[in-house]
Amino acid sequence: MTSQSPAVDNNDVTNDEQIKNTANFDEYKELAVQGLWKNNPGLVQLLGLCPLLAVTATVTNAIGLGLATLLVLLCSNVTVSAIRQWVPKEIRIPIFVLIIAAFVTCVQLLMNAYTFGLYQSLGIFLPLIVTNCAIIGRAEAYASKNPVKQAAFDGLMMGLGFALVLFALGAIREILGQGTLFDGANLLLGEWASVLRIEILQLNSDFLLAILPPGAFIVMGFLIAIKNAIDNKMKEKSAIVEDKVIERVRVNFDS
Amino acid sequence: MAFWIASSPHNHIQKSTSSLMRLVILAAFPGVLAQWYFFGWGNLIHICIAMITAILCEFIILSLRDKKISEQLFDGSALLTALLIGVCLPALAPWWISVIGTIFAIAIAKHLYGGLGHNPFNPAMAGYVMLLISFPLQMTTWQPPLSLMEMELNFSNTLTTIFTGFTLDGYSVEQLRTTIDGVTMATPLDTLKTSITMGLTITEATQSAVFGEHFALGWEWINLAFLLGGLYLISQKAIAWQTPVSFLFSLFLCSFIAYSINPDSSASTMFHWFSGATMLGAFFILTDPVTGATSVKGRVVIGLLAGLLVYLIRAFGGYPDGVAFAVLLCNMSAPLIDQYTRPRTYGHSKESS
Repeated sequence: MTSQSPAVDNNDVTNDEQIKNTANFDEYKELAVQGLWKNNPGLVQLLGLCPLLAVTATVTNAIGLGLATLLVLLCSNVTVSAIRQWVPKEIRIPIFVLIIAAFVTCVQLLMNAYTFGLYQSLGIFLPLIVTNCAIIGRAEAYASKNPVKQAAFDGLMMGLGFALVLFALGAIREILGQGTLFDGANLLLGEWASVLRIEILQLNSDFLLAILPPGAFIVMGFLIAIKNAIDNKMKEKSAIVEDKVIERVRVNFDS
Repeated sequence: MAFWIASSPHNHIQKSTSSLMRLVILAAFPGVLAQWYFFGWGNLIHICIAMITAILCEFIILSLRDKKISEQLFDGSALLTALLIGVCLPALAPWWISVIGTIFAIAIAKHLYGGLGHNPFNPAMAGYVMLLISFPLQMTTWQPPLSLMEMELNFSNTLTTIFTGFTLDGYSVEQLRTTIDGVTMATPLDTLKTSITMGLTITEATQSAVFGEHFALGWEWINLAFLLGGLYLISQKAIAWQTPVSFLFSLFLCSFIAYSINPDSSASTMFHWFSGATMLGAFFILTDPVTGATSVKGRVVIGLLAGLLVYLIRAFGGYPDGVAFAVLLCNMSAPLIDQYTRPRTYGHSKESS
């Protein structure tokens, strides 16, 4: 008897853990879906448009800024979540801003040291990550209310969503504007990366509209339209499935 | 039994969109002919390319949007847009210039905003400005009038220049534009601008061959032809007379003030009227019923504003001609102007309206 009870207990514990794990898994899955698609900071929240539109003329710049934002978002979410018990409600915004600014300074110094060319081409938009509303938005809306693990995952997913939008914008604009991809990747990844440069279209003259900010607005509009179109398609599909269910019920009722 | 009660006006002119568009295209013919006479086949070829692109583009987008293709495809609005783009382009610009410009005008400036009647900007001018900003080199290689050119430029030469960049004898566009002295010729407005920045006076600047005997060789006749077409449109009541009249008056006034203050560095009033795209803009572009103002007072204000903007851009701006930019800026301000120039409703006093 005595030997059985701990085993039962153990079973209970593992069951509990399993339940907890599945709950956690669902939570993480939801976070990932929210960050990458449903609540994407670039396409749905439309936050941080200024760097999004200003530096995405080439893929390299876009990836550089995307990684920098991702790193800052991750670190700030973890820190904000870790100190959430000790932050007074009244002055939370200045504290968040200070934390974000500290991390942005770190990232800026790191990029200045290791990827100087990219640091120069990003210019003012690197320090301006401090004012990126996507970051302070996550700190306020999620990280300040949830435990560290979830906050870190949320930061990662939101940052990835933002970086992916930057990447798509940069790729489209670079192909349309210069006909290349990964031009200047050596600025970000070191000398070996200059072989990554792909010449996709042979253009006699640059298509300046795609490189200038108005082109970014137009391409961004198309991206949002594509996302909405996909969402509508998916909604239609799920609606059709529901209709079928209703039909079957009717058939059963008649018979 | 229900009565169909319509609000006034009860007496309609039963004009459809397509007949109006046909009339405008017809009225542009003298100008296009004059352009052909002075500058050769280039613009006609561009008009053809633009029209084919416009029809294809319109067809694809109408079918994507599930619209009645047979009704809207041939209503003439796309053809008119293509015609205006073809007229505006430099005659020897490469073929893809008119293709890209037309696709932008039809797909983005017109259909993305909801199609004909919903577009806030004149599609042709939006396409033209897009081209001017995106391809400054190709969009400013203007060809001098045929009578000033060293090489003969016939139809086949023009065709090969547009499609390959070289004439049959292997001359490039740059070489075609160069005089026997090795000086590249530009439009009168362009020449005037560079001469004034170089410190020449107007009298010295207008010694250049591109100015001809009167104001601007070739351009003056093209502008006169467009003026003729515009007067025909007004006589047919296809366009309102207020916009062009106030536009021309405003341009006249601005250039007259500048000329009386400083005749050495400001061109004459008639030069501003009869060079560049003045008449085309006044009668064919500013009068667009969709993107312009709707009230009588509003049309006068739009015309005055456009004239001022064209003069400012020509005199102080970075581009030699400013009609396209002025039109877009006026399109932008048209809703606001309409808001403040609402006509008084009959039976209401001014205060209550």
